[in-house]
Amino acid sequence: MRTAQQGSRLPAPVPGLASALVWGAGQLINRQAGKAAFFFAFFVGTLVWEIATGNYYAGMEFTPRSNGGFFVKGLWGLTTLGTQPREMTVTGLSEGDNSIILMANGLISLLTLALLAIVWIWSIRDAARYRAARNAGAEPERSREYFKKLWDGAFAYIALSPGLVLIVFMSVLPVLFGILVAFTDYNRDNLPPKNLVNWVGFENFATVFAVPSWTGTFLGVLAWTFVWAIVSTATAYAAGFLQAVLLANKKVKFPRLWRSVFLLPWAVPGIVSALVFRSMFNGQFGPVSQWLVDVGITDERVYWFTDASQPNLARAVALLVNLWLSFPFFMALIGGVLTNIPDSYYEAARMDGAGPLQQLRHITLPVVHKTVSPLLILAFVSAFNNFGTIYFLTQGGPDNADYRFAGSTDLLITWLFKLTLDNRLYNIGAVMSMLIFVIVGTISVWNLNRSKAIREL
Amino acid sequence: MSDKLGPLTAAAPPREAAARPRRRRRLSGRDKLAGAFIHLELLVVAVIVIFPLMWIVGASFSPGTGLANATPIPTDATVEHYVDLFTQTDYGRWYLNSLYVATLNMVGSVALSALCGWVFSRIRFRGRKAGLLGILILQMFPTFLTAIAVYMLFLNFGLLDSLTGLALVSIAAALPYNIWLMKGYTDNLPASLDEAAAIDGAGRLTIFRRIVLPLMRPMLTFVAITQFTVPWMDFILPRLLLQSADKQTVALGLFQMIEDQYQNAFTSFAAGAVLLAVPITILYILLQRYLVTGASAGAEKG
Repeated sequence: MRTAQQGSRLPAPVPGLASALVWGAGQLINRQAGKAAFFFAFFVGTLVWEIATGNYYAGMEFTPRSNGGFFVKGLWGLTTLGTQPREMTVTGLSEGDNSIILMANGLISLLTLALLAIVWIWSIRDAARYRAARNAGAEPERSREYFKKLWDGAFAYIALSPGLVLIVFMSVLPVLFGILVAFTDYNRDNLPPKNLVNWVGFENFATVFAVPSWTGTFLGVLAWTFVWAIVSTATAYAAGFLQAVLLANKKVKFPRLWRSVFLLPWAVPGIVSALVFRSMFNGQFGPVSQWLVDVGITDERVYWFTDASQPNLARAVALLVNLWLSFPFFMALIGGVLTNIPDSYYEAARMDGAGPLQQLRHITLPVVHKTVSPLLILAFVSAFNNFGTIYFLTQGGPDNADYRFAGSTDLLITWLFKLTLDNRLYNIGAVMSMLIFVIVGTISVWNLNRSKAIREL
Repeated sequence: MSDKLGPLTAAAPPREAAARPRRRRRLSGRDKLAGAFIHLELLVVAVIVIFPLMWIVGASFSPGTGLANATPIPTDATVEHYVDLFTQTDYGRWYLNSLYVATLNMVGSVALSALCGWVFSRIRFRGRKAGLLGILILQMFPTFLTAIAVYMLFLNFGLLDSLTGLALVSIAAALPYNIWLMKGYTDNLPASLDEAAAIDGAGRLTIFRRIVLPLMRPMLTFVAITQFTVPWMDFILPRLLLQSADKQTVALGLFQMIEDQYQNAFTSFAAGAVLLAVPITILYILLQRYLVTGASAGAEKG
């Protein structure tokens, strides 16, 4: 067929249109059988998939619910979230629609359709462009050559595909699903398969921002989360800086030994440290309370994380424990920076008569700050979402009567955990997740805009 | 929990810290006093750092079962809690489960992120910039939003209660971040070696395996260690995705032990915590240089 010379000059949109109707038809008109078969296979595959998973020969009236296949039923499920609730009938419980499974399937079919649409557009453009090139006098191209070229050019996509498939199904799909849940009434009062879930628009957002108890909890938890993130980043940075500078002092004996000791809190798994501190600060049996009573500093045992009248005590202790956990990383980081400051800087300063404190203030601090400051924003973000320390240490306690499902030390992320897992308020939880994303995303984008990585992209 | 400090900026290959020559000079009286103060401060901090750790180790050897029995230096030490862990609880099973997830997570993460990072760094293709920005945005989502959804999806596909499924989710959750790390690191590797090999007729995968991969070793080590340790401490995902008793991980098991107040098993918890912490701590201390440079990869370039 490659030798067959085209007599008539077919306008380019014709094969394109043909491919739009029946994938690969345009390629066949262009006399590229291999390519035509390639695209046609996708076309047939999609149809066969739909028909094989559907119920098209039932002979009754067609409804997407009972007859639709993977794509039709999927889209139907996504828009309606089911129409048939589970009911008690004479033969027992009828099988109702499970809204959440319908939603998940709908999303998957929507994503699959989006991928297929790319192939579809590709086949249309390929048919039209090839025709246009041939009309302009280009040599015919064999399908095999085309695929070989494609293979070489597509190396990047092929190499990326395993990672991307994983990301699409394990991250993108769940994120989309989570966003959808924020617009439904999916919560403990409305659990499938017993009940149907419905689309409710922005009702959940309205709840969080208009119902005073929800708004109060949200603002209270948000404020404490910001305090927590700022104070814990600042204290860890300051303490890490202090320890690093002291360790870099030439008078220190065995600096590597000290350094290894100070690194222990960073090296010990966080969950273990947090649970250990939780036990040490246990009000009833913990050694800290006991010791305070024994020494005579307090008359009674202190209930660090459970005394509702002392929320700030719990917060302060949590911040101190967090300092213990997080200063070593900054110490190690800043220690590395310090070894790279040339001695000549300090010598020059000494010659100008600068004392040790002046050297610290005008040489060490600026150099360290310049290198470490990009990391501070990221440290802030990771503190903002520090689930482990708070959940394992205080579980959000002490209780706060004014809050909905949150304690006085709860961060947004731990509150979210309680909302979704313990209280099954999935819809409100999804709204909260989106709010956290907006806050964290704004900070990260602002930070990234200043960094070189994006500009070099 | 661990400092997931993000090197989103380009990573520089770790530089050997140039050891500064320590100059000996005669110490004056004032210097001696300053030295004493510094050592005093170091000592106080060291005590604060070590005491909780010593307390938990002591507790694991203390006789009795409750929290009140725990002492930093038990007088009549016993190893019965360690024995109990393996005879009375499923600790051995949890440990193997965690080990399985950790190994899978490490291998999968390293392989996928190295390949993807290299492609994003060295090959210019359509959609590259969009892809990089997309995964950057993706990693800002709290894992939480995805976790619930992953739970529903797994329920749907029958993947629930599977350790392999958990490992796959963990790999995917950290992948965007790790791809950025690998990409940043590869950006700083000289491209001339690749080009020379390409001129000699080496295929792209050969170049990746033989030339780029060995040069990426420090970053590979970093990703391998972090991804190996994450499943040992991860709580949210396993809590959601694993249900049956024989599929629990160490973190879940330990948390249940301490959560259940009536069980009164604090000393056993302590023993379990020590067994979990010791290998990871040793790993971190030994490989600290890789870990700190890797985690701060962005700091040098700013």
